[in-house]
Amino acid sequence: MATLLQIHEPGATPAPHAGDERLAVGIDLGTTNSVVAISSEGKPEVLRDDDGKALVPSVVAYAPDGSAIVGGMARNLLLDRPECVVGSIKRLMGRGVEDVKSLAGVLPFDIDPQPEGETGMVRLNVAGHKLTPVKISADILSALKERAEEHLGHIVDQAVITVPAYFDDAARSATKDAARLAGIEVLRLVNEPTAAALAYGLDMEAEGVYAVYDLGGGTFDISILRMEKGVFQVLATGGDAALGGDDFDHAIAEHFIGERTGDKELTGSDVKMALMTARLAKECLSDAQSGEWVLDIDGVQSKHFFDRATFDGLVEDLVTHTQDICKSVMEDANVTPEQVKGVVLVGGSTRVPLVRKKVAALFAKEPLADIDPDEVVAIGAALQAEALTVGSDTLLLDVTPLSLGLETMGGLVEKVIPRNTPIPVAKAQEFTTYMDGQSAMAVHVVQGDREMVDQNRSLARFDLHGIPPMTAGAARIRVTFAVDADGLLTVTAGEETTGIEAEVAVKPSYGLSEEEMADMLYDSMKNAKDDMEARLLAETKVEAGRNLNAVSAALSNDGHLLSDDEFNAIKAVVQSLEEASKGDQRDTITAAAEQLEEATKAFAEKRMDRGIRSALRGVEIDALDEQASKG
Amino acid sequence: MDGPDSTAEKASADEAGVIACWSCKGPVTQVIPLCETCGAVQPPGQIDHFQRLGLAVSFDVNVADLDQLYFDLQRHLHPDRFATRSPQEKAISQLQATAINDAYETLKEPLKRADYLVHLRGIGVLPEGCNLVNDQALLMETMELREALAEAETTDQVDVLSNRAQDDIKVCIEQLSKLFKDDDIEGACKLTTRLKYLQKLSEETRIHRMKLI
Repeated sequence: MATLLQIHEPGATPAPHAGDERLAVGIDLGTTNSVVAISSEGKPEVLRDDDGKALVPSVVAYAPDGSAIVGGMARNLLLDRPECVVGSIKRLMGRGVEDVKSLAGVLPFDIDPQPEGETGMVRLNVAGHKLTPVKISADILSALKERAEEHLGHIVDQAVITVPAYFDDAARSATKDAARLAGIEVLRLVNEPTAAALAYGLDMEAEGVYAVYDLGGGTFDISILRMEKGVFQVLATGGDAALGGDDFDHAIAEHFIGERTGDKELTGSDVKMALMTARLAKECLSDAQSGEWVLDIDGVQSKHFFDRATFDGLVEDLVTHTQDICKSVMEDANVTPEQVKGVVLVGGSTRVPLVRKKVAALFAKEPLADIDPDEVVAIGAALQAEALTVGSDTLLLDVTPLSLGLETMGGLVEKVIPRNTPIPVAKAQEFTTYMDGQSAMAVHVVQGDREMVDQNRSLARFDLHGIPPMTAGAARIRVTFAVDADGLLTVTAGEETTGIEAEVAVKPSYGLSEEEMADMLYDSMKNAKDDMEARLLAETKVEAGRNLNAVSAALSNDGHLLSDDEFNAIKAVVQSLEEASKGDQRDTITAAAEQLEEATKAFAEKRMDRGIRSALRGVEIDALDEQASKG
Repeated sequence: MDGPDSTAEKASADEAGVIACWSCKGPVTQVIPLCETCGAVQPPGQIDHFQRLGLAVSFDVNVADLDQLYFDLQRHLHPDRFATRSPQEKAISQLQATAINDAYETLKEPLKRADYLVHLRGIGVLPEGCNLVNDQALLMETMELREALAEAETTDQVDVLSNRAQDDIKVCIEQLSKLFKDDDIEGACKLTTRLKYLQKLSEETRIHRMKLI
């Protein structure tokens, strides 16, 4: 009689999207360039434009009406309309106004001056608009989404997006916000080196300990991983979230400008011009030994001879700094250079000859660059997107890049989760009051590995109120940190004796508030309400599917515990939920689901009863066996 | 379910080691906490780290075996396996993966493992755990080594101290293994404290060495 029901293998629940063939994509959202890729049946493919180009420059040009152009066309406008064009926005993700002040001299951003004391996300003046890095990144993501949709011929609304391993919590959640704004559900944020390792590991069937050296436009990461039978276990990771090819460009631009005389104060567009020339020179010297470049500022042209030795001299300190980070990460991983079987190069900046030379020297082996260093991260992301939606035998086990802690008395940091702890992780720490009758406690969450609070990054502050008056040291405040598989932190705090609780999903001091986010979502779609309803409906359907699957599995296993009447009664309710799930009435589905819950209660009791009986019988038999063997 | 029988039923369910699947409501007994009927992942529950990873309670852990058990559990229970499932299953899988990571991190290193074992087996014997140091000999020894390290001016001198610390750590771990086998929790506690100091010293030699280079 169970033949009327559709039966699945236990655990082999079909994914809710199964059958409609919608692929989730992998996106490498880079400082300089971005790439989108897909994977189907384990075969990844980077999506290219009509000219065969995979790289989409992460540059956005804005029109006065706020519409955006992304990519090569935007980059071409950089010289003519510098005030309308913005690039390297990734360097500002999750950054506050104070952080950016130190960068503003270096990077060609027109930062909106905010009132003194105001925190929150930095805003840029572009083409007369005040834009956040989240909005600008969302525009880049929308362009990538469009490219994928054109290629695939269907809507793309799920993606794996990569972030630098060394990105802090603020930058990670800013990236997730940007995706939400672009109408993309992030299936997982994956660390860039880990994604690259996945691409290599699957391609080369690599086993053993590998290092991934990832030097991009604005960030540097080094990860040490162990690969074994489809498991990619990150042993340690480190980096510098503000070091990359951009800094090479700056060193060269400054060198060129230093060779000129008589310039007045340089404008933003002069700097952009100099940087562009510097970048061309840098790229050219990846192959050539030397060359000559012309810099045109204010109608004054200057000629600059530039060779490999000069270039090496300018960037040597930066490259040596990456080597030092590699050494300490190897120590953290408890791995020597000899134990590293291979070094994978990722990121466009690993094309710089001095970088390759120094990496080869450090690990005493020629690094691997078989997969295009510009595309390898997107390929890994696409493979992971397929693994998450379709299923796979591979597994990425990642770690926290930076220690997470709390401010204690005297501006010291008490570490709660040390760096390189496997995620997801949850850890609790108890604190107490330091004054008699203290009724509130400020909780300050910081990220970083320095001893003093102000040397680390402030992630969030919140207050725990209503602690009952007690003598100093008597209250027991328990603060719990939970980091999910995306590397995002949630903090809860409570007083143990009274049960007072406070929870904050760490929306960093530099992030967007929920209201700001809602406003932006509303502005961008106007139909935010419909969207929300659609989302709730989809979730209700997934939940109903889970429920139906559970009941059908139970009936096929234990249906014999029921009389024909009981069986048919349940089956009727199952059918009504199946019918309801085909429609778009959320209330009807919920009601039918509740009915099913009610209708299967007695059945569940029978099953439990039998399960316990047979387990106890097992215990008794074991006990008998034991006695028998003793006797 | 709030009838008079429910408590009795719960007690016998606990006794039998059977829990009710939150999804299909049927009984679950498997070691890998996935419901054998409907496949839903089950919450981690309160079991010790050894039981969670399927190991016998012992100080002697083969790290290669531990890795395999750990990988195998995460293969089934990591949130990546539940990316398209219902929000509730996703949340439960995160709790599972968190509990497994915690168990793995604790049992992987001898010091954390020893600390945990003393806590696990010593409840009643040593309610305070191993945080009390009243071992004069250990304090003297540590101070001596610290002073020698502070005075070390060459990497060779540091290496002598570092090697000594490494050798001591090895011996300490061997002794701990024996003490735990003999169920001498107080002795194990004393040595766990010693191991803590030795590891700290070894870490300090590493930092001192880097400063000298």
